[in-house]
Amino acid sequence: MQANSPFFRRNVSIQGVMLKVLAALLPAIAVYVWFFGTAILIQIALTSIAALAGEALILSLRDKPVAIFLSDGSALVTAWLIALTFPPIAPWWLTVTATLIAIIVVKHLYGGLGQNPFNPAMVAFCLMIVAYPQMMSQWPAVGFTDFAAQVAAIFGERHIDALVMATPLDALRTGLHTPEAHATVAGIFGAGASFGNIGGKGWEWIAGGYLLGGLWLMQQRVISWRQPVAFLGTLMLIAGIASLAAPDRFAGPLFHALTGGAMLGAFFITTDPITGATTPRGKLIFAAGVAALVWIIRTFGAYPDGIAFATLLMNICVPLIDMATQPPVFGHKED
Amino acid sequence: MGIYSDIARNSFWKQNPILGQVLGLCPTLAITTTFINSFSLGLATTLVMAMSNFAVSALRAFIPFEVRIPIFILIIAALVTVVDLAMNAWLHDLYLVLGIFIPLIVTNCIVLARVEAYAAKNPVAASTWDGAMMGLGLTAVLSVLGLVREFLGQGTLLSGIEMIVNGARAIQVLPDDYPGFMIAILPPGAFFIVGLLIASKNWLDARANERARARLVAHAPA
Repeated sequence: MQANSPFFRRNVSIQGVMLKVLAALLPAIAVYVWFFGTAILIQIALTSIAALAGEALILSLRDKPVAIFLSDGSALVTAWLIALTFPPIAPWWLTVTATLIAIIVVKHLYGGLGQNPFNPAMVAFCLMIVAYPQMMSQWPAVGFTDFAAQVAAIFGERHIDALVMATPLDALRTGLHTPEAHATVAGIFGAGASFGNIGGKGWEWIAGGYLLGGLWLMQQRVISWRQPVAFLGTLMLIAGIASLAAPDRFAGPLFHALTGGAMLGAFFITTDPITGATTPRGKLIFAAGVAALVWIIRTFGAYPDGIAFATLLMNICVPLIDMATQPPVFGHKED
Repeated sequence: MGIYSDIARNSFWKQNPILGQVLGLCPTLAITTTFINSFSLGLATTLVMAMSNFAVSALRAFIPFEVRIPIFILIIAALVTVVDLAMNAWLHDLYLVLGIFIPLIVTNCIVLARVEAYAAKNPVAASTWDGAMMGLGLTAVLSVLGLVREFLGQGTLLSGIEMIVNGARAIQVLPDDYPGFMIAILPPGAFFIVGLLIASKNWLDARANERARARLVAHAPA
């Protein structure tokens, strides 16, 4: 159909965008529940309540209209990202404290929606993994969906040794990159019960859920294609080169793309319009930088996954990236 | 007496070494993991600041302008050595905990800054008072920082008190199974809390200004 001027633009509201982001997370959450039980729903409820309460409190302290800002849904997106990145059987006070810090300190003390230089959910993750490394690396085994035991782990006495299992990334790192290790990638894949067809058992399907939701967001023009493509492209390129050069020592590109928080990072974290780069070329550089850091941290670092640390490190670089990649003003030559 | 209360207000609050000038952050972040550590290092620094301001001010007529910085540093280093040896003799346990940070008071830029900016140009009594007030301002901030970090990090008050008072014991405020918020003990936590303290000072100052202006407007002739 031929469109004629005048071209009207529909104004996108923050609320509309945020609701679409939440909707896009639903497929992954459904898969999550299927493999790991309903603990994740409890965590989402906890973080949502904490985020809304924290947001209301700090908004009223700052003399801002509570109802307007509270209904924009941005706090809920932060809350859901925290729930999805934390272990689902983490104790309730851990996720609630993390959410309150994310909303009150990282978002609002830096100026509120649109002003915060760091991704609140990622700061919350980093703080908690530094403060409570043990609780933040207790991930449930696949198929362990007993509701009562999960509730007990979150709210009561924690007897969770039976539920916990090393994640694929943990297994790879301790198998390959500790001094006394002699294992090979193929050997670890064969031996570990936590491995599925390509990535982690169960986790690869959750990653598929994120991919589905992310593609829908792209089709809805809520997020740009640039960050996901640059992120996944860079991650798989580096992993591909490394695993071609030394297949015994480095896991392959598909494993990296479908394990841990890679898909979540590609579509829901690097695409954050506030803390990410804003210029077209800047978006590519930003996401590629996060991906390169993720691979380095995953392979040589001491933490289970690198998405959060990598995102924060690139958040610091955003002003520089944006300044260096300003597109030329229309009519001017690029020099 | 007006000058002394002016110096006190200026040095303790307005130009507070940490909240106003943001100087000497290395010991601030490194040693303030407990209240006792922070308070003791703060007092040691206060002692050095008062004494070095006194000494430099008394000698200021004899110090050649061109080589004043090395001479200041020599004076400060001598005084720090005195404090270092004294703590080693009488507060040995505490001395072991504070370790390298006692000799490092020499390099704390707030000490040299006050000597250079104030003591080298002002009479003895005012200079000594300025050094003491600056030091107490530092001690106050370090103490608050130590108090908060210790409470969040391990849920205790006055941990390490037995190093100073024989037989005294730390108070466990939070329950024994409190997991400890590690980040408060680590340097990033110190940065966060210093940031919050600076923000609080700015907020208090802004509110005071606001009130002063309101009072002025209220009493202004119509």
